[in-house]
Amino acid sequence: MKAFTTLTGRVLPLDKANVDTDQIIPKQFLKSIRRTGFGDNLFDGWRYLDEGDPSKTPNERRINPDFVLNAPRYQGASILLARENFGCGSSREHAVWALEEYGLRVVLAPSFADIFFSNCFKNGVLPIVLEENIIDEMFEMLATGEGLELTVDLAEQVIRMPSGKTLSFEVDSFRKRCLLEGLDDIGVTLTDAGAIREFEAAHRQRAPWLFGDPG
Amino acid sequence: MAGRTLYDKLWDAHLVKQRDDGTALIYIDRHLLHEVTSPQAFEGLRLAGRRPWRVDANIATPDHNVPTVKRSEGMAGITDPIAKIQVETLDDNCRDFGILEFAILDPRQGIVHVVGPEQGATLPGMTVVCGDSHTSTHGAFAALAHGIGTSEVEHVLASQCLIQRKAKNMRIVADGRLPPGVTAKDLALAIIGRIGTAGGTGYTLEFSGEAVRGLSMEGRMTLCNMAIEAGARSGMVAFDEVTLEYVRGRPFAPKGALFEQAAAAWRDLVSDPDAVFDAEIRIDASALEPQVTWGTSPEMVVGVSGVVPELDAAASAGQRQGWESALRYMGLEPGMRITDIGVDRVFIGSCTNSRIEDLRAAAAVVRGRRVAQSVLQAMVVPGSGPVKRQAEAEGLHEVFLAAGFEWRDPGCSMCLAMNADRLGAGEHCASTSNRNFEGRQGHGGRTHLVSPEMAAAAAVAGHFTDVRAMLAGDRGGLA
Repeated sequence: MKAFTTLTGRVLPLDKANVDTDQIIPKQFLKSIRRTGFGDNLFDGWRYLDEGDPSKTPNERRINPDFVLNAPRYQGASILLARENFGCGSSREHAVWALEEYGLRVVLAPSFADIFFSNCFKNGVLPIVLEENIIDEMFEMLATGEGLELTVDLAEQVIRMPSGKTLSFEVDSFRKRCLLEGLDDIGVTLTDAGAIREFEAAHRQRAPWLFGDPG
Repeated sequence: MAGRTLYDKLWDAHLVKQRDDGTALIYIDRHLLHEVTSPQAFEGLRLAGRRPWRVDANIATPDHNVPTVKRSEGMAGITDPIAKIQVETLDDNCRDFGILEFAILDPRQGIVHVVGPEQGATLPGMTVVCGDSHTSTHGAFAALAHGIGTSEVEHVLASQCLIQRKAKNMRIVADGRLPPGVTAKDLALAIIGRIGTAGGTGYTLEFSGEAVRGLSMEGRMTLCNMAIEAGARSGMVAFDEVTLEYVRGRPFAPKGALFEQAAAAWRDLVSDPDAVFDAEIRIDASALEPQVTWGTSPEMVVGVSGVVPELDAAASAGQRQGWESALRYMGLEPGMRITDIGVDRVFIGSCTNSRIEDLRAAAAVVRGRRVAQSVLQAMVVPGSGPVKRQAEAEGLHEVFLAAGFEWRDPGCSMCLAMNADRLGAGEHCASTSNRNFEGRQGHGGRTHLVSPEMAAAAAVAGHFTDVRAMLAGDRGGLA
């Protein structure tokens, strides 16, 4: 997995609550058997005016000029500013793959849906929960037309504002370590293979019906 | 020591290791796979040179993008070349790793969350995961079941475990009995309307109370299926005789003495009387009416006698903005009566409502009636091969066909429209599925979530209508 240490980047505001993963990456792009190729279809239904399908390249599409992602001043953004319950709905990890491939490595929101939140950490994307008033302030700053550039420092667990002000944030210590070191968490789990085998043997003793021969 | 909740018990029984950093290693008993979220996991497994930890814990079936017509043609019936590669990839992966698959022509193929319980592959007390958020369905069996992403699919394949943090406990008590014509789906929608789509985030839900105890296993599955639409990864219902009788005799369920041994252990799969929940919600089930969603989130829901809300009723500026945007997308006006919303297509199916009882209930409404002229298409998509055969044995397909419904082959179909079954832009659909998100059932499509009975009634009327009144008419009375 791609490591995440610090990132300095422009903020893209998406002022909408309950953004579901169907919006982040619509279903017609889930037919791929690869982990890549989703970035051009991030927020496809909002980003383009025509209906997308996997055979079309972005050049063949009609861009929706009113969608914030297409605004010239947000090009190259790497931090997404979002509203509550971001990433709700389907468990599709393709949503995170699309964000990451587009270049969005940090998502700031007052709250996230559980499965999406967990999927982010598996792909080098850092979701950060901030107080609603701080999120509001950031949206207000962006509404003035001024851009906003932030530095996110995972090791220190702080966000540095242009004013020099810093905001601290919480992150699960295991997930933090995985992100900082770009760890394969399956490898970490398998260091406990002995404990898993031991548990499994006892579990089989207690509940042999769970280990029936299928079919 | 304080009593434990059902979730606490399931967690404790699967805890391999509690780590110092607060995470825990949880053992997974059953892993269900389908074609959409597994290919990258198998690829990851191969790249790392790993093998599945316990092959017999896995069962796969293609469901998301299989066509619901021309099933007898098998793979040749999949006309979309990209979808076909994905289904073939599942076949290849299952063959290479020795995983049991109910492939496209297997009589047991179907929607993964219908298939697991139907085959007895979902058992009480299990941990069940699948790369699909509606895995919460299996919680109906007093199991700890939830959706996972593709990286976690790979994790479970490789280690039979997941790294987790324990969620909080929420009890939802549905008091009283559901009135006739009001279903588990209506209860689920009413709960989501009450607590919101993020109300259950961070919690495991336990559904309890008289109304829940009174549900069949299929009703409980419908209820738990929708837990994720309330933001909770898992929803569950305590074990009882209803659970036991459903499981008995299923192909993968234990038999004979082993079944009796299991049954004795399963009786403990209830929350202790003195268990402490972090949150509790009570809802009066006896006061509910059939529910219809009007917006683009399952929480945007109202009883069938109600109206699309006025924007001033929004609780916050954010909610108002969400409602405005939803109404624009849905082409509806505040204050409009739900029964004035016309229906262009009707979809009866999905992991929420495609089981035999759902089809029986819908057929009872449709029997002797016709789909309204104004309805472009009404389709029934059974949840699995066995459901389809059972329905045909009961003659339900004839009822649907005579009324003008299409009778399809099993799959996820128009719930998420990955295959050819989808809405056109601007079309309103009465759908028994679980999500009314923008574009969910087709680009620009407008979904209204309802029960099978209500979908059937809408198909006949051409607009939403209280199914109870329609059925009361049959009896010569008024609702």
